[in-house]
Order: sequence, then C-alpha cells, then structure tokens
Amino acid sequence: MTEKRTPYISVQNVTKVFGGYVALNEVSLEIHQGEVLCLLGDNGAGKSTLIKVLSGFHQPSSGIIRVEGREQQIKSPRDAADLGISTVHQFGGTFPLMSLERSFFVGREPTKGWGPFEVFDSKTAGEIVVREMQAMGITRVTDGKRLVGSLSGGERQVSAIARAVYFGAKVMILDEPTAALGVKEAAHVLRIITQAKKRGLAVVLVTHNVTHAMTVGDHFAVLIHGAKAADFRRGEQTREEIIDLMAGGEAMAELEAELESYRTAHDGHSPQR
Amino acid sequence: MPDLRNLTRRPEFAAFVGTLFVFLFFTYFGWPTFIKPLVTGGWLNVAAELGLIALPVALVMIAGHLDLSVGSILAAGAMTYAILTGHLGLPDFIGLPAGLVVGTFFGFLNGLIITKTKLNSFIVTLAMMFALRGLVFGITRLTTSTVLVSVEVSETVQRTFGGRFYLTFENAIVLWALMALIVSWILYRTKYGNWIFALGGDETAARAAGVPVERVTIGLFMGSGFGSALLGVTQVALFGSAQVSAGQSYVFFSIIAVVVGGVLLTGGYGSPIGVIFGTLTFAIVSQGIYSTGWDSDWSSLILGLLLLIAVLTNNTFRRLALSSGDKLKTPAKPVTSKAPKNTNEATK
Repeated sequence: MTEKRTPYISVQNVTKVFGGYVALNEVSLEIHQGEVLCLLGDNGAGKSTLIKVLSGFHQPSSGIIRVEGREQQIKSPRDAADLGISTVHQFGGTFPLMSLERSFFVGREPTKGWGPFEVFDSKTAGEIVVREMQAMGITRVTDGKRLVGSLSGGERQVSAIARAVYFGAKVMILDEPTAALGVKEAAHVLRIITQAKKRGLAVVLVTHNVTHAMTVGDHFAVLIHGAKAADFRRGEQTREEIIDLMAGGEAMAELEAELESYRTAHDGHSPQR
Repeated sequence: MPDLRNLTRRPEFAAFVGTLFVFLFFTYFGWPTFIKPLVTGGWLNVAAELGLIALPVALVMIAGHLDLSVGSILAAGAMTYAILTGHLGLPDFIGLPAGLVVGTFFGFLNGLIITKTKLNSFIVTLAMMFALRGLVFGITRLTTSTVLVSVEVSETVQRTFGGRFYLTFENAIVLWALMALIVSWILYRTKYGNWIFALGGDETAARAAGVPVERVTIGLFMGSGFGSALLGVTQVALFGSAQVSAGQSYVFFSIIAVVVGGVLLTGGYGSPIGVIFGTLTFAIVSQGIYSTGWDSDWSSLILGLLLLIAVLTNNTFRRLALSSGDKLKTPAKPVTSKAPKNTNEATK
C-alpha cells in the first residue's frame, strides 16, 4: 500500500543526548504527505526533543534525517522553513501584543519600496491575513489591526496553522494544539488539520489526548523514555491499547489493580469523593 | 466616536495624558514663571538630551532587554572625544566620530555577550556599566592624569552638535527630532520593527518564525550605545569638557522615560511617540519644580509616584487594547490562564 511511497521526511536512527541524558534513542520515523502522523507519549517521553530536532532547534547527536530522499542537516528554524517544515507551538507561537497582520508575517514581511525606504506593506498584509483567517472559518476576524491577544486560544492556533499553510509548508508539526482548548474549539482545530491533510500536507500531531489523535490520525507512533515503543496505522490498535502503551502499561495496570481491589473491598462501588 | 475609542487604545495615549497632566500641573503651580521661554527651553533641553538615549533604549526594551550601561558608554564616548581632541589635539572630525564609534562598539560588545552567553541583559549590561566606568577612569587618569578634560570645540561642531538657537534652545533638540524620526521609521514602517516587537513578545517563537534573533539583538544594543555616545559628544560640544563620572544618572532616567512612555518592561509592546511623551513628562517634572518655589527634592517624589501610576495605567490600557473590537461571541474560556510565561499577558 502506502508503504512503498517515498516519505517526505524520513528519520533514521536519530539519537539525541543532553549531557549524558539520552532524550532520544535510535528513533526512526516516516512522515508522508497527505497523512497525519500522531506522535504519542507521556511527558518526558521525547516528543518535544524529536520535534525540536525536526524544526532545527536541536541537532541530532547521531542518525540521519532525509527530506524527499536527500540527507539534510537542519541547523536552524530557518533551514527547517526552507525545507518546508513549519512548527506550530503550543499556544500558537504567536505574539499576543502584536496586531494580527504584523504577527502573521513575522520573519516574512511583505514590503514595498526600495533600499532604506523599503517599508512593511501593512495594507497587503492586512488583506491577506483577513482572507486566510476567513478561509479557515474564523469569520469574526475582519480587521488585520486587531491584536492577537484578543483572539481565543483556538483562533490563535488556527491563525498559526493558516500561516504555515499560506507560506507553503509541506510538513506541519503541531505541538499539543488542542491541549488548552475547549471542546468546540478543539473540534475546529481538528477539522482544520484534516483540511490541511487533504491539501496534501504532511501533519505531525503531538498530543497526549488519545481521542483527538484517533479522530484525525492515519499513522501513530508511541515514544517511551526516548525510544519508539510502537508504530502502527489507523485501526490496528484500540484506544485502550494505545493508552496502555503511552503510560508504559505499568502505570495504568497498577491503577486498574488498585481500583479493582477497592471495588472488591467496597461491594463493587468505585471510589468516591 | 470609534475614532476616539481607537485613539485611547493606542499605546501612547496614557503617556500623552501624563504629559498633559504634569504640564497643566506646573503651569498652575509655577504660574507665571513656568511658561516663560527660558523655562520652556530648560525642560525641552533636558528632554532632548535624555531623549537621545531613551529612544534607542526604548527599542532595546521593546525587544525585551534592558541596558544599564548607557551612562558608562556616554562617559566613554565623551572621554574619547575629549582625550583625542582636547588632550592630544587631533581635529574634531576625528575625535567626535571616534567617540561615536567607541560608544557603538561597546553596545556591540553588550549584544555579542548577551547573544553568545545567553545571559540576562540586566546582568551583562550591569557588568558593562561597572567595567567600562573603571576602564574610562583608568585610561583617562593614565593619559591626562585628571578626571576632567576640557576641549577647544571647533566652530563647526559648536554650530551642529553643541550650540543653541533662540538663546536657550539646544541643538540637541534637533538631534532628538531626527532620532525620533529614524526610530519611528524603523519600528513602524520597516520589517525590522516587526522583528523587534516579535523578539520582545516571545523570543522562541520569533526564532521559529525566522527572525535573526542574534543580529537584531546586537543591532539594538549598538543603537543604544550609539545614542549614549551621541549624547556624550553633544554634551562635550555644549560645555567644552568631559568628566569621567558623567552620565550615570541617565541609566534610571532613561528607564523611567521609556516606561512612563508606555513601553512594557517585559517587552513586546510600546511606541516611540509614547516614549517622546514619557521623556517630556520626565523633563517637565524635574525642571518644572524650580518655577514653583518648592524645594527641588519634591520632584523625585513626583517622579517616583508617576512611574508607579504609569505602570498601573499601562496595564489598564493594554487590557483595553487586548479587548479591542467586537465582543467575543462565546464567553471567554479559561484558556488564557496558561499563556507563554514571558509575554506577561494582561488578560486576567
């Protein structure tokens, strides 16, 4: 099936060591266009380190990263951007006290004029940002001068995704995009993710919300203690199995055993506050 | 009506109200002395001199840094000019630019150390403040065996950097206006302005968006170094001498002017126009006191209170700005409680 396609990014045996601490241990992954890869794992499992390696904040201690089959050194966020890798951090990575039009174009400002009189083209920027936000279903945004901080968490997340899509990202890495959102807003963000996938983007979704992951994911990878513990496709594992994997099995089993013994001791009642 | 509301949401609005308030305050209590041209010139001169430092420092602070070394850099720039021209007898056109280059260089050094070591700019510039003061003292004593060097300033320099117009107004006012135009241009109209705001808003996010964080930081500290040295050589041109201990008071004066001008201490928000008002407010309070017949000690009390009020009103106005436009359709969710830690979001 899809296994034969060349992945857009292929991570091969990547290890990252921070002063003796192994944050990533021989991790291999394939990231395909038109697919959502869900990176699952508990806190400290190495998810953040992995995406920081992909987005150019860290260089791997060993291992190879290939983009479109070619070996690449991603030395800075700029390099990552040039390779079409765009990272959307938690809280949208945006600037609450900047206007939407300025924030949207940070680092890639549209300009007009020449030499020392080259100025930021606020009119164009404003028009584009309003258009892109409207296209993503945020119809309440009608003025690019509006401060980013006046948007809700979900709207900020969507604006960051809109930015990545607008600047032609091939791979979009989303770090816990739904973590701080309400139910409706999270649903909106997940819908946007599906849209981006249908446009042919490769999406890497980092989350520990298994429900969100199972809603949009095509391909799942579970990290435990810096190593890849499982790698499977949609439908190959149940929700319970995934949760079990994420918690390393033990913690959940322990909890279940505890609850079970409580129930036997209290005539089948669950613990109550 | 919406225009008025937008006006009150601008970052400089509170600063403007502050300036208006202290102006009316001293016009009333200092009547009729305060409005005389000589007194007006007095506070405008103070504002212009401080403004040369406060404007570039404002950019540094909007980018989320502090510069405590401005006083020492001022002295270094002034002393370079004084030693080269006054003591060694080199012409002005060598001594004065050399002073500016020295100031810009130490600003560059500040920026370089901050970006290379990732240390807090507070500590780095504090260290620079002391180290450079020691260096200026040492070199001045070694070469001139005094701490005060006088300069025979040439007529050209007197007519440009030094000198006055209409008897009392210093040419520094013109330099200040030029500086204001350049700084405003950079911040409002160029992409670099965008980068500066982004840097102060969230450095990691700015880096991720492709902003060359190191270059921008170094450039900003070079700017504040240049501004400090510019005031240094301007004072030499005005008064005909340089003193090793000159300028230290500008460290805190510049921070007061910038914060009263509406710049967020943690960065990411502010405007040059606001800083101009902040500078004027500072100058009016420190000079206006002399027209009231009160003891001049009271001006420090007023400045202290003003600083506190400014920070409080800035928070209020920022909250107003954040709640801009139409009301949220859905009630605000508690999502904002986990905002990134260095943006100091005032949405509580």
